[in-house]
Amino acid sequence: MSFLFWLCAVIAILTGIGVVASRHPVHSVVGLIVNFSALAVLFLTLSGEFLAMIQIIIYAGAILVLFLFVIAILTAGNRAVESAPSRLEFQAVPSIVAGLAALTLLAAGIRETRPAAAITSPPPEGFGLVATFGRSLLTTNLFAFEVTGFVLLVAVIGVIVMAGRPAVRS
Amino acid sequence: MQIPPVADYLIVAAALFVVGVVGFLVRRNPITMLMAIELMWNAGNLAFAAFARSFGDMSGQVFVFIVITVAAAEAAIALAIVVMVFRRRRDADVDDISVMRG
Repeated sequence: MSFLFWLCAVIAILTGIGVVASRHPVHSVVGLIVNFSALAVLFLTLSGEFLAMIQIIIYAGAILVLFLFVIAILTAGNRAVESAPSRLEFQAVPSIVAGLAALTLLAAGIRETRPAAAITSPPPEGFGLVATFGRSLLTTNLFAFEVTGFVLLVAVIGVIVMAGRPAVRS
Repeated sequence: MQIPPVADYLIVAAALFVVGVVGFLVRRNPITMLMAIELMWNAGNLAFAAFARSFGDMSGQVFVFIVITVAAAEAAIALAIVVMVFRRRRDADVDDISVMRG
């Protein structure tokens, strides 16, 4: 279990670096798919069977296909983004330094609080299964569920209003 | 069955989050920046799932589900904005799009 955890963790972090480092957006999408698959395995190690499924189906399946469609529509015939030299040419090094500083702070905080040793207790009955998940979603967390539905409605209306306009080129 | 400590999951989540932050700051292609944001969402999801397992409470897993839903809404809206910007300008280096008007 520990080997599986570290294998998937390393894959997730390396593909994450690949996502932000690759020049072509399609390569980033492929890296993101591998990243999400590794995360799905990590969810499985945490007894999140249903989460692993929706991670693959919704995230890797639906959201990344949306990204692929937009890349396919927009980059055909257009010149590559980031081909011109950056106007903020010194932004990379301070960003990486700030990121490493943030990671150091986060790691120090995690070490300081020491949340639990290795988890040895078995999960509660039905933990992570669809039935338990649905009961929690529709009873304990009903308000969050309804607000999420409203957020999706707003997103749908917003996308129709924005993307449905006729094209104007300047 | 023994699984690694929550701290290990949190370290991985922190590393993924920082990769996303650095990617968002360094890259200028809005689509790649959106993918960096997706990395950050997922880092949060991993922490949620780890704590859910640690406390034996399903609410953490339910919030992963809700975060995925909100991430889908965010991706749809942000990609619609990117499509609009591309339609008007043919390229979309975010450093050139400093004002949100046509």
